[in-house]
Amino acid sequence: MRDNNSVTVTDPIVQVKNLDFYYGTSKALHDINLDFQRNKVTALIGPSGCGKSTLLRCLNRMNDLVDGARVDGSIRLDGTEVNTAAMDVIELRRRVGMVFQKSNPFPKSIYENVIYGLRIAGVRDKTVLDETVERSLRNAALWEEVKDRLHESALGLSGGQMQRLCIARAIAVNPEVVLMDEPCSALDPKSTARVEELISELREKYTIIIVTHNMQQAARVSDCTAFLFEGVLVEYGITENLFVKPRNKQTEDYITGRFG
Amino acid sequence: MKSFWKQGEPFVWVTGAALSVTLLMAMVLIVVVLVNGLGVFWPSKVATAKLHDGGSVLGEVVRSEAVFEGEGERLQFKIGNRELYGLDFRWIDKTDISSITYADDTMVLERMEYGNFYGRLIGLSPEAQAVSGGGDAVQQLRQAHAYVMQQKDQLEELDDELASVNYRMDQLQRKEKALLYKGRSPSDPEIQTLRQKRNGLTEKFQSLHQRQMKQVTELRNYTATFTDISGTDRDMALMDLVRFYQPNSMSVFSKVRYYLIKLVELLTGSPRESNTEGGLFPAIFGTVMLIFIMSLFSFPLGVLAAIYLREYAKEGMVVRMVRIAVNNLAGIPSIVYGIFGLAFFVYGVGGSIDRLFYPEQLPTPTFGTGGILWASLTLSLLTVPVVIVATEEALGAIPAGVREGSLALGATKFQTLTRILLPMASPGIMTGLILAMARAAGEVAPLMITGVVKIAPALPVDGNFPFLHLDRKFMHLGFHIYDIGFQSPNVEAAKPMVFVTTLLLVLIVLIMSSVAIHLRNKMKKRYTYGTF
Ligand SMILES: Nc1ncnc2c1ncn2[C@@H]1O[C@H](COP(=O)(O)OP(=O)(O)O)[C@@H](O)[C@H]1O
Ligand SMILES: [Mg+2]
Repeated sequence: MRDNNSVTVTDPIVQVKNLDFYYGTSKALHDINLDFQRNKVTALIGPSGCGKSTLLRCLNRMNDLVDGARVDGSIRLDGTEVNTAAMDVIELRRRVGMVFQKSNPFPKSIYENVIYGLRIAGVRDKTVLDETVERSLRNAALWEEVKDRLHESALGLSGGQMQRLCIARAIAVNPEVVLMDEPCSALDPKSTARVEELISELREKYTIIIVTHNMQQAARVSDCTAFLFEGVLVEYGITENLFVKPRNKQTEDYITGRFG
Repeated sequence: MKSFWKQGEPFVWVTGAALSVTLLMAMVLIVVVLVNGLGVFWPSKVATAKLHDGGSVLGEVVRSEAVFEGEGERLQFKIGNRELYGLDFRWIDKTDISSITYADDTMVLERMEYGNFYGRLIGLSPEAQAVSGGGDAVQQLRQAHAYVMQQKDQLEELDDELASVNYRMDQLQRKEKALLYKGRSPSDPEIQTLRQKRNGLTEKFQSLHQRQMKQVTELRNYTATFTDISGTDRDMALMDLVRFYQPNSMSVFSKVRYYLIKLVELLTGSPRESNTEGGLFPAIFGTVMLIFIMSLFSFPLGVLAAIYLREYAKEGMVVRMVRIAVNNLAGIPSIVYGIFGLAFFVYGVGGSIDRLFYPEQLPTPTFGTGGILWASLTLSLLTVPVVIVATEEALGAIPAGVREGSLALGATKFQTLTRILLPMASPGIMTGLILAMARAAGEVAPLMITGVVKIAPALPVDGNFPFLHLDRKFMHLGFHIYDIGFQSPNVEAAKPMVFVTTLLLVLIVLIMSSVAIHLRNKMKKRYTYGTF
């Protein structure tokens, strides 16, 4: 165990080892070592530009889409190496779902949005699809609100509903891990509370890794918290400990609002 | 004063003025075309002008014009009767006219040849009288004419049959030629059967033709006698009269009826009198079909090219250069495309097809000459940059989040493209297609060397196998305007038709783009983010 790490991860689902990340020539992540505990919520915090999104997007290889991006080091999902050419990216992204900062429903009906992941995987069975829609929307706490207009456009939903729809869409394919990149930053307080509640419910079935700007939110929803600063993992700890008595000076400065 | 500048007041005025000028110019154009085009078919009164020198003139007053720097006026009469007077129009000084009257029994005859006839009805031939049921002379004429027209319709059915027989004979001859070319001897049984078939058809053709001639001669006995203003009598076969009317005694209702009949003729009839009279159907058909085939090529080509540029190509020097080149393609003069089309499609591709598949016909070209396919391809080349630019912009305008959302769910790039990106870009792509179609509809220059003709003997689509004849030449409204407006021997008489054709072309563009815009708005509703 390293000195910046006070978490004993007994059952890691994702293991990041010696991860370096470059956008062209600029290095965005420096030697990250981090294990994520299964069926727990892990929060990534840190000032803007410190590499939280970059780290998150490494986990489902969304950074492949960025021209000139380069990864060194190892990421293992359930023991399988992610950063190899042999890794089926499609399969990986099905196992590691993602919810974005800005909700991004497709211009289709609510129903079609939820089953998009199944459709592209070639699932045609109507009963399976119907069941998935209901289960996912219930899990995303959206079912009661939209069950009467499943076939209306998803673009008619409110901002908070859209974000929950995106969560439903992500969990419809039964991922093992759900990545959330500041899922509440564009939402009003009420919708934020709703989504936070949802995260707490989802932790039973999924492993959640959430990036957040909001310290209270991290404290409320997460079990473990990792603090990143300028691409370096500064401290990783049980959320309560990290917020109550951070071991690192930088962490303390950050969570007490002295910078960032 | 300072605050006047600061508040941006002058800028408001400048922008407003710019818009007004643009609108005004477009309005003037539309109004001129509308006024001149819509009035063409309205039957105007026919004046009898008595002259001081004892003569008289009968005709429609077309316009008046100042002479001697505004001290006097002269009137232009459309006097018709080309075979008698030589010219359709005549200018007469107002000072030479002693009186203008509008006689009720003045009759205007629209004829198959020689333009209008202005005069009076004198009587009918005995044969014509026999098929009419009585009444006064005009009523008799009407009945007799109706009878003759009915007979003529049957003759035209014969015409179609003749054309079809002729086409089959042609095909047989081509087959025979092909066999001979392959080295079969003329005594080969296959060739003999072809010959026999052709001989049978020739006989059929002859007998049909003779039957037709006989009927025509018979029909020609139905005549009527008319007199012009100077008292010259003319016997005219009723089958040469398209229609006749007495504009000075027509009620508004019958004028409206006449107008509508003319309109129907315009939209469905074939042209006559070197295109200055009759209908425009072949030209309308040619124009629409041209644009249709053009879209069929340029739409998929442009969309696919844009997808490659935007989604697959690696952004860099080459892509940027290609993009600039594509944008500049739209600025090349269209005649250059025409020349390229002639060289590449007509002579290159068409010539090769001829050498490969129809060598026996040479030097008579089959595909190696202008035709609707080559013209459409040339136009699609011309419009494809518009589609590319529009599609690229539409794809580029899609929020990155949607793309990532799809990929993050395990979709492949192709799935993302077909299921998300293309539907979302469709309104923008449609806009490109609309622009492309409007541009294609307005192009004439490249068509002139790739297959448009003044009069096409047959439509590119007909009842003869294989029904779609893309090698055929075609007529086109834009070329029609140029041709009758500037190439016709009787420009004055053709002028109304120029306006009508222009109006029609504008209308066609308007209709096609309205349909496309309607589609686009529907897509827009479905696929774009509302503001929330
Ligand atoms: N697509 C990109 N290309 C180049 N640099 C990037 C890109 N995305 C992010 N960066 C840089 O990488 C660093 C980390 O960014 P990011 O992970 O988005 O930070 P955070 O999410 O913590 O705010 C920043 O300095 C940012 O400027
Ligand atoms: Mg971020």
